[in-house]
Amino acid sequence: MTATTMPLVSVRNLKKYFPIHKGVLLQRHVGDIKAVDDVSFDIYSGETLGLVGETGCGKTTVGRTILRLYEPTAGSILFSDQDLAKVNEGKMRKMRKHMQMIFQDPYASLNPRMTVGSIVSAPLDVHGVPNGKNKKERIDELLQMVGLNPDFVNRYPHEFSGGQRQRIGIARALAVNPSLIVCDEPISSLDVSIQAQVVNLLEELQNKLGLTYLFIAHDLSMVRHISDRMAVMYLGKIMELTDRDEIYLRPLHPYTQALMSAVPVPDPDVAEKRRRIILQGDIPSPANPPVGCNFNTRCPLAKDICFKDEPEYREIHKGHWVACHFAEDTN
Amino acid sequence: MEQPLLELKDLRVSFHTDDGIVHAVNGVSYILEQGDVLGVVGESGCGKSVHALSIMRLIPIPPGNIESGQVLFHGKDLLQLSLEELRHVRGGQIAMVFQDPMTSLNPAYTVGYQIMEALMLHQGLSKADARARAGELLALVGIPGAAQRLDDYPHQFSGGMRQRAMIAMGLSCAPDLLIADEPTTALDVTIQAQIVDLVKRLQQELGMAVMWITHDLGIVAELAKKVNVMYAGYIIERGYVRDIFKHTRHPYTLGLLGSLPRLDEAPGTKLISIPGLPPDLVALPKGCPFVVRCNYAAEQCKESMPPLQDAGEVDHLIACWRWEEIARGVAR
Repeated sequence: MTATTMPLVSVRNLKKYFPIHKGVLLQRHVGDIKAVDDVSFDIYSGETLGLVGETGCGKTTVGRTILRLYEPTAGSILFSDQDLAKVNEGKMRKMRKHMQMIFQDPYASLNPRMTVGSIVSAPLDVHGVPNGKNKKERIDELLQMVGLNPDFVNRYPHEFSGGQRQRIGIARALAVNPSLIVCDEPISSLDVSIQAQVVNLLEELQNKLGLTYLFIAHDLSMVRHISDRMAVMYLGKIMELTDRDEIYLRPLHPYTQALMSAVPVPDPDVAEKRRRIILQGDIPSPANPPVGCNFNTRCPLAKDICFKDEPEYREIHKGHWVACHFAEDTN
Repeated sequence: MEQPLLELKDLRVSFHTDDGIVHAVNGVSYILEQGDVLGVVGESGCGKSVHALSIMRLIPIPPGNIESGQVLFHGKDLLQLSLEELRHVRGGQIAMVFQDPMTSLNPAYTVGYQIMEALMLHQGLSKADARARAGELLALVGIPGAAQRLDDYPHQFSGGMRQRAMIAMGLSCAPDLLIADEPTTALDVTIQAQIVDLVKRLQQELGMAVMWITHDLGIVAELAKKVNVMYAGYIIERGYVRDIFKHTRHPYTLGLLGSLPRLDEAPGTKLISIPGLPPDLVALPKGCPFVVRCNYAAEQCKESMPPLQDAGEVDHLIACWRWEEIARGVAR
């Protein structure tokens, strides 16, 4: 991989709150779901940043807010010297040429009444065809790139399997030559043997086209496989962010440690020997997060300070960010 | 010889649809001993759930049809029982936990009532006794403040707690066999770890047999003693868990393991994906169903389905014509 350390996207103090309204007529604003709560990170040009976490931790909201599919509540998103959180809608539409998305559900994200050709060419109609090619050539090229037969151009999505549909989604995302692709759980609805096909394709395309991925998923082993760096989210906050090997070998946040140990390893010998940390209880509601550290209700190491003060998200070693009061002592 | 707990003999199940006859299970035979944990793995549509539902005769007929075979439970063929007799087996001696804890509980009744129902039906307990027992069961599966939560409705439980309640319900009549059909697929990994841990503990304490159906080879490695690998309605490899992972024989099982990235291995290597798609169950190929995706496919594989045969280790069976050549590394 050709990852650099030049940030392509810099996200600073990003917040996305969804308001909770009560009452039919007055719609009083009674609270907020803090889906993303003060998140800062960089995505380097040419890298894959993996974003993992459990249901409701805000990982998908981060991806969508970066593309301004959700309006951010606060914070900035720097992308090629522009703050995407502040640009107006017309300008934003132009910027979307550089950033595309691959969705989780290949059944719901393709319009069943459109042919493959018209699905893939929709972004070309909005943004124009890159490199002065004609549209037909470009569609053929895209379908070939994702391993589909260009003769399928007039077929409809229902004629394809889940894995093939995901390839159509990838072709659509590639159409306008973006530099950033947000992959939102692109493989979680696919069977194991098909997952590997799609992940291999994404890696090939990255090498060939120099793409940058934000890869959002809950499958830790797959994210570790594809990513250069990984960020772990919990209840709207990033708990830990570092290199993919570092995060596996020396996880510093107790949540990362528990998460890593909970992933089953397909090897009975390893499974027998491994020390597992079983977390108690469930994730608290993001409408009413705990005071202090978000993880304090389930943390095996929680002390008094964790119930009072929110831990600072800080750089422990170079490139290793952790939000825990005891990050120095956990390992 | 002691009678096995469950023995399937040449079970065949099909569904009649507008597109033709879907051959979901194509001659499945195996033995599950008392107190064993069996993992059943395979991808969508490989027949793993349908075969388990057929054991309890829970598939809708029509469109479903159990064409042939025997399901011997304690030596009695469940497929021949009257519905009245079957009712004592279902929920009493064999319990089932389903994939989706959101839809398998009735939202209109309290969790406590739903657990009590089985106790009153199968064990003839009075309402008060059943309630006390239901409280104990919820505590057994680790729900905090169990006695107070009996009057909660399912929507007041989280996903993990609902699955715990389902397991409590399954255990209520001390079954000899618990069939768990992808019980953790809808759950997060930390909650999944809780449930796997719970079932493992309960299985050891209560000595029941467990059939755990999943597509996740990782869970199988942690939990199972024996494994059935299924593909297109056939068992294509079967054996002790260590042999399945360490002496993997079938090209499909090899492919599945190759396509899984492992958390404990250095990443960077390309995943070995299996090309192509699983076959259409309406028009199964004449020979081995894996033939179109298999790197080792030969003429013989296109002609006839290989039988399950001895693969060297104890109780390790494989359905592949060329497994010996592949194992010796001389197959192309």
